[in-house]
Amino acid sequence: MALLEVSNLGIAFGGLQAVDKLDLRIEQGQLYGLIGPNGAGKTTVFNMLTGVYKPTEGNIVLDGRDITGLPPARISQAGIARTFQNIRLFDKMSVLDNVKVGLHNRYKYNMLTGILRLPAYREKEHEMNREARKLLKIFELDKEEKLTASQLPYGKQRKLEIARALATNPKLLLLDEPAAGMNPNETAELMNTIKFVRDTFHISVLLIEHDMSFVMGICEYITVLNYGRELARGTGKEIRNNPNVIAAYLGGDD
Amino acid sequence: MQFLSNLIGGVSLGSVYALIALGYTMVYGIARMLNFAHGDVIMVGAYVVFFAFCSGGMNPLLAILIAMAVCTLLGVTIERIAYRPLREAPSLAVLITAIGVSYLLQNGALLLWSANPRAFTSVVSIPPISLFGGRLTIPGNTLVNVVVCLVIMVGLWLFVNRTTPGHAMQAVSEDRGAAQLMGINVNATISLTFAIGSALAAVAGALLCSSYPMLQPTTGAMPGIKAFTAAVFGGIGSIPGALLGGILLGVIENLSKAYISTQISDAIVFLVLIVILLIKPTGLLGKKRVVKV
Repeated sequence: MALLEVSNLGIAFGGLQAVDKLDLRIEQGQLYGLIGPNGAGKTTVFNMLTGVYKPTEGNIVLDGRDITGLPPARISQAGIARTFQNIRLFDKMSVLDNVKVGLHNRYKYNMLTGILRLPAYREKEHEMNREARKLLKIFELDKEEKLTASQLPYGKQRKLEIARALATNPKLLLLDEPAAGMNPNETAELMNTIKFVRDTFHISVLLIEHDMSFVMGICEYITVLNYGRELARGTGKEIRNNPNVIAAYLGGDD
Repeated sequence: MQFLSNLIGGVSLGSVYALIALGYTMVYGIARMLNFAHGDVIMVGAYVVFFAFCSGGMNPLLAILIAMAVCTLLGVTIERIAYRPLREAPSLAVLITAIGVSYLLQNGALLLWSANPRAFTSVVSIPPISLFGGRLTIPGNTLVNVVVCLVIMVGLWLFVNRTTPGHAMQAVSEDRGAAQLMGINVNATISLTFAIGSALAAVAGALLCSSYPMLQPTTGAMPGIKAFTAAVFGGIGSIPGALLGGILLGVIENLSKAYISTQISDAIVFLVLIVILLIKPTGLLGKKRVVKV
């Protein structure tokens, strides 16, 4: 059974059908790419998958459980985490605390324990700090844990967003243009990081990206979106040679 | 010595303002709304203490605990019924609703407990302290106000900065959307904020009426507005700002009463607010929100 099965997904804003009849099937451990020209509806798909928008049609099934239309916090708990096209870290909080916010559903203690700072609180905080630092170390952010998120350079902010998303213990990680604004070196490094994350955490990754060499280099399967509809799907090679895709990107002859 | 005594009186009054200001500043910081009914929650808290302690003869600490429980319930209920349905509504709609809730509480109190002022017995039974061979006396109320205010401020600061629910509050305050996507239940976090603010309002109500022992349904209105002023003064959304704003406001008010005029002391307080906001529009400790484009 696939990890994520999306069938006939659609959403209309007023009269505009932003996404229409979309099917997606992401396997366990797969690196999946969602590409398409600007305005094709890629981020809208992310917003439906994470519960920010309620789809007007269709179903989203994660690991056998229907999560269509659940509120974002519940979907996060069900196992979908994401990063954002324009970075949305908690700027004024420390690097460590940003990751701890991601962890917060996994380490519950009751309010009174927190207010009175009982031993159970210290123990949980200790565990959380350890877990958060482990994640920071993977992304080589452990030296910067005390800085506020806004003090980090751009590339590290992108990494911190991924670390924060992983802290929620997802089954599926959504990355919205992870390579945006990165130079070729950083992009190559990011590709390795994403593969490493997939292998270490045993998760699937769905990513939106405009950098074609990045997408072709990392994604095992790709769906191309155009005007909210699926234009093509297949492996990188199949997509590259698909005449419809070439027409949509470069402009057709007709 | 007279000056010192007036100054201490101001700090005492300011401590109570700071406690009330916390309620405004936390709710604003996290839910992005001005809860103008907050002052009236104080009044309800004071009435509960009045009936339990002043006329019921209960232990004062127990009476305050009961008032805290009642106010917490009241605050959370107000949020649930009046504000939560308006979460996505324009802020003006929420503001008007808050004013409506304020009038509802005042008139409800009028109906239940009548307009007759009640004589409030101080919950504090600590004797005054005499310093400098009796030339300076610090009343027990003052000591309790300042200590309670400081303890609560430190506790709250630790709670917000060192615990998971506190981190959730900060995250919601910075970016509600991103917080939700990290699995934070925004409604629960906002309820928690109202619960804490309202519980503190009960404490503030008891302390306020212990210093100014007259209780009536409009008792919360003026201190509420002044505490709101204090919150803006210190930088709304900031917990240390509420403390600083509250104390400064109390001191300015008390010194104006002592050296300028009792009648125009409130005018002076608000004049200072206007001047501060002209110079520093975000308040003393407020940070500018930079909108990225």
